[in-house]
Amino acid sequence: MATSSKPAPPPVSPPGRPEVKRAPLGLSPAAPSLPAQGGTGRRDLASGMGLSSKPHAVGERGGLVSRAWEQGLPVAVMLLVFMLIWYGGAWGMNATGAVERVLEPSGNPWNWQDLLITTLNMERPVLPAPHQIALDFWSSLVDWPVDSPRNLLFHVAVTGETTLVGFVMGTVLGLVLSVLIVHSRTLDRALLPWIVASQTVPVLAIAPIVLVILGSLGLEGLAPKAVIAMYLSFFPVTVAMVQGLRSPQVIETEMMHTYAATRWQALWMLRLPAALPFLFPALRVGIAASLVGAMVAELPTGATAGLGARLLTGSYYGNTLAIWSALVMSALLGLVLTTLVALTEHLALRHRRQP
Amino acid sequence: MKPALPSVPISHRTTAAAVVVSLVAASLLFLHPVAQGSAPPTAVFWLVLVVLGGAALWTIRRVAAIQGTRFDGVLTAALFGLWVLYFWQMLVVAFEVPRVLLPAPTLIVQALIDNYAKLWGDFTQTVLKAVCIGWLLGSGLGFAVAVAIDRMPFLQRGLLPLASLTSTVPLVAVAPIAVMWFGFEWPSKAAVVVLMTFFPMLVSTLAGLQASGKLERELMHSYAASYSRTLWSLRLPAATPFMFGALKVNATLALIGAIVAEFFGSPTVGLGFRISTEAARMNMSLVWGAIVVAAVTGSLAYALLVQLERRAAFWHPSVRGK
Repeated sequence: MATSSKPAPPPVSPPGRPEVKRAPLGLSPAAPSLPAQGGTGRRDLASGMGLSSKPHAVGERGGLVSRAWEQGLPVAVMLLVFMLIWYGGAWGMNATGAVERVLEPSGNPWNWQDLLITTLNMERPVLPAPHQIALDFWSSLVDWPVDSPRNLLFHVAVTGETTLVGFVMGTVLGLVLSVLIVHSRTLDRALLPWIVASQTVPVLAIAPIVLVILGSLGLEGLAPKAVIAMYLSFFPVTVAMVQGLRSPQVIETEMMHTYAATRWQALWMLRLPAALPFLFPALRVGIAASLVGAMVAELPTGATAGLGARLLTGSYYGNTLAIWSALVMSALLGLVLTTLVALTEHLALRHRRQP
Repeated sequence: MKPALPSVPISHRTTAAAVVVSLVAASLLFLHPVAQGSAPPTAVFWLVLVVLGGAALWTIRRVAAIQGTRFDGVLTAALFGLWVLYFWQMLVVAFEVPRVLLPAPTLIVQALIDNYAKLWGDFTQTVLKAVCIGWLLGSGLGFAVAVAIDRMPFLQRGLLPLASLTSTVPLVAVAPIAVMWFGFEWPSKAAVVVLMTFFPMLVSTLAGLQASGKLERELMHSYAASYSRTLWSLRLPAATPFMFGALKVNATLALIGAIVAEFFGSPTVGLGFRISTEAARMNMSLVWGAIVVAAVTGSLAYALLVQLERRAAFWHPSVRGK
């Protein structure tokens, strides 16, 4: 320690900066080390929310190749191990069924190779092998016209629409609520605890009620599902924006005051820009939550289209492959939606990169 | 939105008196025949209700302006909730909103009392068996794996991006598969919960283990502290806020997972089963009752974890600041 005479900064809040007053209400595990501005702090938050894909330390010398080596190799090895375990699991879990339903009835003598091939190519396996899922996935994309309910893209369109509408509604609601809460002490104290409590109500529980109430108002189809998606996605936005809108330092708000800026001007020119680094991680969480909401909402609404409905019909008819294809598709949809938000973030904040 | 509060604060005693007076007036109006639904609403009733509304808003603002006591935040929220419930009751009765659409709070309480045994069975099935076991197993596994791979950077670099990606994937969709594998009883629900809670805990614990400062780590090094000693005395304590963050998220996720899994098949007991069957029978008061059970459970679990966090991570700025 003798070599470094410079005192290290306190780990949490940089000097002159008010400590983050409110714990982030459980959404972001990395809450305590909330971002000062941009850069590293934001990455902490993002990785805490489980969204960071950046490596922890890429050396300056590290070009694209060494970075790919450092990051890609471990991931590739992990994926390979995972695949092997999967194949092993498929073999183990399907073995009994394969013997009982395929090999014994055929009457021919069989050896372990036959067993292996049979287990990996069963019609209704307990655990389908990855290549079976890939084939089923591909055929559901290619073999049917896009508007057929057997085509997964049809279901993706339905669920994606619900997700996006719910996400936009949730984001708007979250923004409005956070602006109100930041400007009114009464709302801060009266409303915020209930907003937190609202998230402890399981979303599927409120779905039938939303259906009944909106149905009596004559709203059916998209609206109830979007409302349920909104219910899940407004929360991260609200909580993060309350924190973000409060993030400007005292000195900055005082300067706005000396300029005789109105509340609106202070909001527009200081608070909102300062809150953007908080907003985007919340949006990424919000759109993933919105997707969960949209899929769950399809279960009790008796929807016939959408990824959730596809899961339900697959489960009714014991069609394992259909379930797994829908599962893969929903994972892909989630990834694509989050990537879109991350790209928007990159565009919006590209001038704020710290050197 | 302008702060209309007077510069000389009215004393707390006045505020308390105003709260008590308005609440007493509200309960008197509650005994009125109109509020009981036995007479059509009159102009006087509406007038009193509007005045009460004004009083409610004013008292909430006053209570919110109180500073310094430990419970003022809770007080405001509680008062607000109480008034919301009150006006829900009054308006639903006065406008004769159909019971199927939105039952009055008293009806929901009635349903809770009448179906006490049934709901207790649902609570045991869903919460005590599926959620608790799944949550403990999932979070425990996440923690154990995180600590285990802490010393293996290769595994970490390989697993962390994959684990992070799972947060964008609707994991709850594995529910039908879990039901297919583990049957209708609670193990299938617990399996979904384990899967949903595992990754947040893993990611957060790994992030938390990196959270201790360089200075502190160097200090431990200069004490010649062993790896396990550093882990136990420095890095795990530094990771507690992160772990509690994940535990809180997981508490909500676990409830959602268990209830959704019940939708894909369950024995004739369980909160999710109750909600879906009673909703199909349009018995909305019982649906609301089940929701109250779920909401209270979720809120209590959350509050419990917050209290635990304060005990365990009392030194952390985010806790100390309160």
